[in-house]
Parts: sequence; structure tokens; C-alpha cells
Amino acid sequence: MAYAEQVETEALHEPKSFLTRYIWSQDHKVIAIQYALTAIFVGLIALVLSGLMRMQLGFPGSIGFMDAGAYYQAMTMHGMIMVIYLLTALFLGGFGNYLIPLMVGSRDMVFPYVNMLSYWFYLLSVIILLASFFAPGGPTGAGWTLYPPQSITQGTPGTEWGIVLMLVSLAIFIVAATMGGLNYVTTVLQARTHGMTLMRMPLSVWGIFMASILALLAFPALFVSAVMMLFDKLLGTSFFMPAIISLGQSLEHQGGSPILFQHLFWFFGHPEVYIVALPAFGLVSDLISTHARKNIFGYRMMVWAIVAIGVLSFVVWAHHMYVSGMNPYFGFFFATTTLIIAVPTALKVYNWVLTLWQGDIHLTVPMLFALAFILTFLVGGLTGLFLGNVIVDIPLSDTYFVVAHFHMVMGVAPILVVFGAIYHWYPKITGRMMNERLGKLHFWITFLGTYAIYFPMHYLGFLGMPRRYYAYEDYAFIPQSAQDLNAFITVAALTVGVAQLLFLVNLFWSALNGKPAGGNPWKATSLEWQTPQTPPVHGNWGAKLPVVHRWAYDYSVPGIEQDFVPQTVSAEDLERMRRGGAETAPMGEKP
Amino acid sequence: MNRLLLRNTDSIDPSGSWHPAAGVPSPAGMDRAHTAKVGLRLLLMVVSSLFLLFLIAFIIRAQVPDWQPLTEPLAPLAQTNALWLNSAALIGASIALQWARVAARRGNAQATLAGFTLGGVLAIAFLLGQLWVWQLFAAWGYFVASNPANSFFYLLTGLHGLHLLGGLVAWGRTLGKFLRHVPLARLASSVELCAIYWHYLLGLWLLLFALLTSTPQTYEAIAAFCGLR
Repeated sequence: MAYAEQVETEALHEPKSFLTRYIWSQDHKVIAIQYALTAIFVGLIALVLSGLMRMQLGFPGSIGFMDAGAYYQAMTMHGMIMVIYLLTALFLGGFGNYLIPLMVGSRDMVFPYVNMLSYWFYLLSVIILLASFFAPGGPTGAGWTLYPPQSITQGTPGTEWGIVLMLVSLAIFIVAATMGGLNYVTTVLQARTHGMTLMRMPLSVWGIFMASILALLAFPALFVSAVMMLFDKLLGTSFFMPAIISLGQSLEHQGGSPILFQHLFWFFGHPEVYIVALPAFGLVSDLISTHARKNIFGYRMMVWAIVAIGVLSFVVWAHHMYVSGMNPYFGFFFATTTLIIAVPTALKVYNWVLTLWQGDIHLTVPMLFALAFILTFLVGGLTGLFLGNVIVDIPLSDTYFVVAHFHMVMGVAPILVVFGAIYHWYPKITGRMMNERLGKLHFWITFLGTYAIYFPMHYLGFLGMPRRYYAYEDYAFIPQSAQDLNAFITVAALTVGVAQLLFLVNLFWSALNGKPAGGNPWKATSLEWQTPQTPPVHGNWGAKLPVVHRWAYDYSVPGIEQDFVPQTVSAEDLERMRRGGAETAPMGEKP
Repeated sequence: MNRLLLRNTDSIDPSGSWHPAAGVPSPAGMDRAHTAKVGLRLLLMVVSSLFLLFLIAFIIRAQVPDWQPLTEPLAPLAQTNALWLNSAALIGASIALQWARVAARRGNAQATLAGFTLGGVLAIAFLLGQLWVWQLFAAWGYFVASNPANSFFYLLTGLHGLHLLGGLVAWGRTLGKFLRHVPLARLASSVELCAIYWHYLLGLWLLLFALLTSTPQTYEAIAAFCGLR
């Protein structure tokens, strides 16, 4: 086993010019920032699309070009961008890249060149995706699930170019994610520093590690469906396309199975939920522990819960297909596994709450976001229990209740963690603090605003308001009050959308003008806060790799004045601190 | 496993302190080779997942009545001679690379180079052979869209070929280094990685070969066994 000897002995790919330092960089920190900025950029486009959709729903006809086709295109692109190109890329490519080497005490990822390629493939996939806005017919409007036969049949927007560009973009994204994932997993397995056992790793690393394994195993399912659908579309095969009459003409296809596509898609789609959720679980655990000045409650349980959720996430996919006409016994099986997955998930929520219990809670901006995550995840998780049951799901299927559920549990909750984590690690990345007042304003508008958006949607769902409709006028079963509520939701959504400008201003303004942060502003224990320089330089650790002596959660250790003990403090140093010795300084500055 | 997961304390210091002296020093380069091997194994895991899902789709699609088996008396796979010939090339490639791997371990540069080159050349021969089979298919009127069985044949052999082509890129780079007289010690790891990848692709090909040339009754039995019917 390596314990990072390799990185110590090996020559580093030292950057020599502006190009190799910032553009064609092989440094994990630069790649992380490239990934994160690209993901945030493309996420903003998806945010604008959601604003356009909400305008149509709240104030029908208020946007001239928003006809049914444009609405479906906006909906499809919004969903796909948010799930894949924003959240997956940001958690794995952004946080994974930045934090894994620093948290496990490595100088870089084990395959830096592949890591660089991973970003450039990701960027290529984003460019191809966005190109579909400018292609004849525009982007695909098939819904983010891209179900055939409608996704490649005349009448759906973007069946000429949009769907092809989408599938090609997804295939390239999967190649990028695979190159990244191989790096993250191998780095965790092979490049941990001295003393960094797996069971001493911060939960952030555990979450990202497990999510990367899920990505490696689940993305091939999306790749398979994308390739086979491309064949159906471009070469006229019939993998998924049944015999069909379109616009009065019978198409060439016959015998294909649309349900097969659904199985493949959700075999990817459900693990995808956890590819987003597990890193969020990990990151939020570290935020809570650091800002509550308490060790994480039940570390081992937390690790095994992450592993268990990862494994179980592969056997629940068909709970997305209760109304697809599959065998009812399947429904019974998948409902059971779905409810079982609530056990390790609930265990994590309990442990977060128990970590807070009697903690010295600092209501910093990262902590506010972390607390908001627990609440939001709880709400979204509980509605998941409703929908996991076949008998409750069938009447609620394809209503706004589902929209509210998945936005709460895998939209808002992970985004809250993204914000919290950015506010938390920003001082390490830039050396400066983000503005706290702006941060709190951003937090309260985002947190309360998202509840104003999604709480009413649960009710609309109970009323039976179907999702994926572009206009709700003239339906007898939808009362006027629902229209009023829709207008209210739109106002809330636009407010939250605009409030993200506060975050953007803070993000860029603070990089130059923020308060200098110092090496360890949150007085945290994990390795990334112990680097000799802030921001860490190329190679991260100076002449010698750090040596790890303890887990990452020694906060408020009894008998020690200082309320945190970094992972680099040895037993002898600890004894010295116990006898009233000096505060520990970051590595390299130590006496 | 135990050491990986649970070694929070080691025997020297039960309080959990870690001593650099207790670490096992390893010669430079050894770890790098090991890390690359771990990376390759992970990649093969991903490739396995990919092909497994394709094969499941294959079995499910084969249950639909419009499936016209390629093994019928008048279909192109009634005679599998061409595919056997290609398989022989790929088996030869695998053996040659294994020979190179063993020679590299023993430090025999010439034998390594010979085996390594032969392995790549035979792999190229395999790919050309596969293209030839595609041409036979087309000549018989078995185009990609004419039947799902054909579609899968082209798709699966094509993807397998693409994976081998990717391997040949790595092979070509390593061969280039051989020709630039890079010392064997620095190439042994690449030779080993190529060999592992070739063996994997051989195994995968034999599986695909067996499946693509099986009868509908076999697919039915597999589907029934997997609960897909």
C-alpha cells in the first residue's frame, strides 16, 4: 500500500507558463476552479430558464416567445443542466478535485494529465449542449428523462438536431466523469499520506469517494441508452422504437422497447440522485462538526451509512416507473428497497442532530446553510417516503407533489450544501473571507424563498395539478386559487433567482477585496487547513508531506484549552498542549 | 482490508500515534506502477459495467418476436469460420503480450520488444478481420437497421473494437518509447498494463462471440434464468 511514497518521490509537473498554470493546468486546484466556474456558469443559464418557465406558469402569455415548444425546451434543458452539468460536475469535478488531495494529504491527483483531460471533455460537453440552443429547431424538448419514442419522433421540439446534440454531449460528459472518477477513487486508495487510514478520512472525502464509485458504475447505463438511442435516431435501428405511426405515416421502426430505455435510464438515474447527495452528506458533516465545535456523532456509522446508501441506490431504480405498466410484483420489491434506504439516511440525519446537541454552535454563514440543509433534506426525504409507496405514488404520479419532492431533496438541499461549502472553503481557495453580511442576506432570501416556492407545490400536487403542462387555463379541476398560488410561486422564484446575484457579487468581489483569512480561519482540524501556504501552492505541502496522527474530528477535546486538535498533532504534542503548551500552528510554521 | 480500514492505532503506539519509521519503505517507481494498475482495474470495472448493461439490453430485446437470429442456416453466422479466425488472432495477441510481460519481468529487452510488437500487430489483424466480417454482413444484405440482431452485432463488435483501438493508442505510445531506447525498467509497467488490458478484451470478446452466435433458445433460457421473461 502506497501511503503516498509515490508522490514524494515523483517529479511534479511544475507549471512553467501562464498557459500551463491557468489554462492547460494539471494542478488539481486549478482544475477544480475551472470545473466549478464552468458549472456555475451553466447553472445560471438553467436558473434563467426556470425563471422563464415560472413566468409562463404564473403569468401565462407574459413572455412572447414562450409557446409550448419553447416551454418544453426550457424545461428539458433546465433539468438536465441542473442535475448533470451543474450538480454532478460541481460536487465531483469541483469539490472532489479541490478537496480530495488536500484532505488526504497528497500532492495532487494520481493521474494529473487525465484529470486535465476530464475538465476539457466536460467543457466540450457543455459547449455541445449549449450549441443546441443555436441549432435549427433548437434544443430537445423531450423532458430531462428523454423517453423514447417521443424524444426522437416528429412533433417534439428539437428532434432533428437538439436530441442528437444532447445525446452526444451526454456521452462526452460521461467520458469526462469517468476520467475524473478514476482519478478520485485511485487517489483516495493510493495517495493518502502517512497515517491517513480510510477510517481517519474526513466524511467529505468519504462522500465524494463513494459518489465517484457510483458514478463509475451508473454512468455506463446512461451511456448505453444514449448510444442506442443515437443508433435509433441516426441509423434507423429499433432498439427502443416500437412500430409507430407518426403524423399519419408509419415509421420504419418496429419491435423496440421504450420500457427498456426507462430501465436503463433509471438504473443510472437513481444512483445519480446519490451521486449528488453523498458528497452533500459528506461536506455538510464537516461543516456541522467544525461550526458546532464538536466531533461528528457516530463517525463509523456515518461511513457505513454512506457505503450502505451507495449499495442500496442500485436496487431502487424502478420506483421511478410505478406507472410504466411493469409487473406489480416489481413495484412491491422496489417499494421495499426504497423504504429500506430510508434507514441509513435517517441515521445520518439523527447523527447530524446529535452532533449539534450541546455543541458550541457558531451561526456562521456555512453553518446556516448546513442547518437549512438538514431541514430541507428532512422535508424532501419525508415526501420521498410517500412517493416510495406504490399505492400513494400512483395518484401523485406526474403531479406537482413530485416536482416539490425532488426539488427539495435533490435540488435545494444539495445546492444549500454547495453554498455552505463555498462559504466554508472559500478562504482556503482564495485566502480571503467572503462578506458575511451579504452572505447572511443571501442565505435568508434563498432559504425562506425556496420554501415559499416548493411548499405550495405540495398542495398543488394534492389538488392534482399535473406537471409538465405549459398552461393550466381552462381545466375544470384546477381552481382559481391554484392560479393565484402559481403567481405567488413565480414571484418567490424570481426573488430567489435574483438574490443569487448577491452570491455572485460576493464571490467575485471578495476574491480581491475580502478580509484576509489566514491559514485556518474556522479553526478546523482537517489537513487542508494545515497547508504551509494559503491558498495552497503547487504541490500543496512544501518539502514534506504531512503526517496524520488522528481523525478529523477532535473538537473540544477535554483537558485542552484550544477547542480543536489538527490531524497533524501527535500524541506527544497533545500531551504538551495538555500541560498548557503553545497553540499549534499550521505545518511548516511549527517550532 | 483490515489494515486499510481499521488501522487507527498501530501496535507500537496504542494511543493512535503514527510513526513514519513504521511505514514500509518502497522503491521508487514500484508504487507508481501499482497505482496505474489500480487505475486500470477500475477502468475495467467501468467497461464491465458498460458491456453488462449492453448484454442485458441484448437479452431483453432478443425476446421480441421480430428478432431474426444470425445463426439461421442462411444467415451470415451460420458459419463462424471468419469469427474463429479473428478470435485466433486475438488469442495470439494476448499470448504474445503475456510473453512480453514475462520477458520484461526477467529484464529481457529484446524478447519484450518482440512479444510486444507481435501483440499489437495481431490486435490490428483482429480489427481488420472484424471489418472484413462487417463487409461480409453488408454483402449478405445484413445492414445495421435491417434487424435488431444485426444492430446488436454491429454495435457490440464495434464498441469492442473501439476499446481495442484505445488500447492500441497506449500500445503505440509505448512502442514509440521502445524505439527511442527508453530503458526497459521504465517500460515494464506499460507492457504489463497493455497485457492486462489485452487479456480483458480477449475474455470480453469470447463472451460476446459466444453470445452473438447463440441460438434464440439460449437467449430465452438466459432471460428466464435472470427473471427477464
